[in-house]
Amino acid sequence: MDFMHLFGAAFQLVFDPYVLLVMFCAAVFGLFVGAIPGLTATMATALLVPITFFMPPIPAIAAIVTATAMAIFSGDIPGALLRIPGTPASAAYTDEAYQMTLKGQAETALGAGLVFSAIGGLFGTAVLVTAAPALAEIALKFSSFEYFWLVILGLSAAVFIGSSSVLKAVIALLIGLLVGCVGLENPGGYPRFTFGNTELMGGVSLIPMMVGMFAISEVLRFVVKTDPPARMVVKRLGNVFSGMWALAVKYPAAILRGSVLGTLVGIQPGAGADMASWMSYAVSKKFSREPEKFGTGHVEGIVESGAANNSALAGAWIPALVFGIPGDSITAIAIGVLYLKGLNPGPTLFLNNPENVYAIFLVFIIANIIMVPLGWLAIRLATNILRVPGNILMPVILLFCAVGAFAINNTVFGVTVTLIFGLLAFVMEENGFPVAPAILGVVLGTMLEENFVTSMIKADGNLLVFFERPISAGLGVVTLTILFWPAASWLVRQLRARPAR
Amino acid sequence: MRIHDALSGFVLALLAIAVLVTVSQYPPTPGQNVGPSAFPGLLGILLLGCSLLLIWRGLRGERQALVRLGDWTRSLPHVVNFLLVIAALLFYIFCANFLGFIITGILILSALFYSLGVRILLILPIAAGATLLIHTIFYKLLRVPLPWGLLQGMHW
Repeated sequence: MDFMHLFGAAFQLVFDPYVLLVMFCAAVFGLFVGAIPGLTATMATALLVPITFFMPPIPAIAAIVTATAMAIFSGDIPGALLRIPGTPASAAYTDEAYQMTLKGQAETALGAGLVFSAIGGLFGTAVLVTAAPALAEIALKFSSFEYFWLVILGLSAAVFIGSSSVLKAVIALLIGLLVGCVGLENPGGYPRFTFGNTELMGGVSLIPMMVGMFAISEVLRFVVKTDPPARMVVKRLGNVFSGMWALAVKYPAAILRGSVLGTLVGIQPGAGADMASWMSYAVSKKFSREPEKFGTGHVEGIVESGAANNSALAGAWIPALVFGIPGDSITAIAIGVLYLKGLNPGPTLFLNNPENVYAIFLVFIIANIIMVPLGWLAIRLATNILRVPGNILMPVILLFCAVGAFAINNTVFGVTVTLIFGLLAFVMEENGFPVAPAILGVVLGTMLEENFVTSMIKADGNLLVFFERPISAGLGVVTLTILFWPAASWLVRQLRARPAR
Repeated sequence: MRIHDALSGFVLALLAIAVLVTVSQYPPTPGQNVGPSAFPGLLGILLLGCSLLLIWRGLRGERQALVRLGDWTRSLPHVVNFLLVIAALLFYIFCANFLGFIITGILILSALFYSLGVRILLILPIAAGATLLIHTIFYKLLRVPLPWGLLQGMHW
């Protein structure tokens, strides 16, 4: 099928009243969830999944893409007005935005967040549209060796990027991989770690687990929070779009830098929008002509990292669609949905269902465009959204989670899984074990084992086969370098320190 | 609730040993050297190594209590809230089928609203409204067979 034909087919898939309605509802939901402090974009995805479970594939994916794009933007709203980031991706510049609010420039801070989020999102989408099909062509030639290295590379990136303790991240990852081992789905077809429970034969259901780890844990954190509620400093906001054109003219380099860096960080497995936004803010300060103004209510950093966190969202979909390796927790959940819908991510998706892939691209473009008017509306209604009381919202979310977990297999066992993983995630985060590597471990466990075992059987004892094919050798060397870098640099430091003594 | 690294390392090491013991009893795949035990076995060994490292790092670091409870554990309402969330899910797991979704939902929401300090007059109307909304979304729109339980006779 040629390109125009494909886009025509994708157009028909997306411009369907049902899909557009789903996108609109998801957008409103995402804006709301993002704007409420304590409800993250990942949680928005986890809450949506039980509902998308009952939809055809394209509206299901459209709902997730739209809701997350909106939530990442609207996390800026409470950041600017209450000095509490609505989502972790806004945390990097929350202080900056709040300082601007104190100076009476709340509308500029929020407007910059909105407009440059959309631009960053569109940039990331452009990279996704061009890079993903090209990468898929290459990926078609991959054998189990390349996939083995690729998964290991992805998992090591997840461990090394964005975690304060590499050791704890590795442990979280191993726990996730072990959870992924549960059930019959292994090369031997032998029931592992099922404790004789028939419900565990099919493995730990992904959706109840995600709902537990990202929603129940958040509810638990809310009910034990001892901080007093924040106070709003503004009553009325001006026109958020005034002065945006001037900003775009003044900071073109910052916008481009933020979008590029965000997309690149997004592609890295395990690092998503929050990482992109922190890094971009730091880079922006470094390259700025007026770094001394950062932290005093200066818009430049907001422009750059606002663009970065939304471009990261699209970037994360590149490895997810092409290799089935999620770029962040959100795409980890989305990959679970793709599998459930029979759209198994990987290069063959581009061969067999290209119109679906292009439909996903279109959804990204539409989502980033409708973000502008809907985001404007959300800012206008901000003072009302922020007044929604958490003590009503959180119990309702809890009940919703219970039903959602039940709905996947129509058994209360799903609710049990949700409870266990909710508690696990709560304890993990309290003790500095990051949750994202665990999720990646669960999602990638089956794929890693499959390629590991296939490769081992093919290798027949000769481990050099893992490096025989050129791409496989390259990936292997890069992976091993990343894996052993910390150990090697530690050793070098020890050896250097010794003669000094 | 901060658990001392040495203690979490110890628990994780026990988990790793349990995994290794379980895995060692798995039957090999005939004619092949990698069976269902190979991958989890490898993970178990790695986890054991990491947890020993965590114990070592924990013991080397500054001395602190094995379990340090967060601020919220000293405030009774917060502890009650925490336990109530867990109890709510357990209540759902064990009673939803018998009581039916609507009764279970209203009870769970009312208890949590009360504990979180929602105004008394609002508790019941909001709990009922939210439960019915969730029920409509899942039962009517998504066709999930939510249990009717005691209300079986009057289902709609």
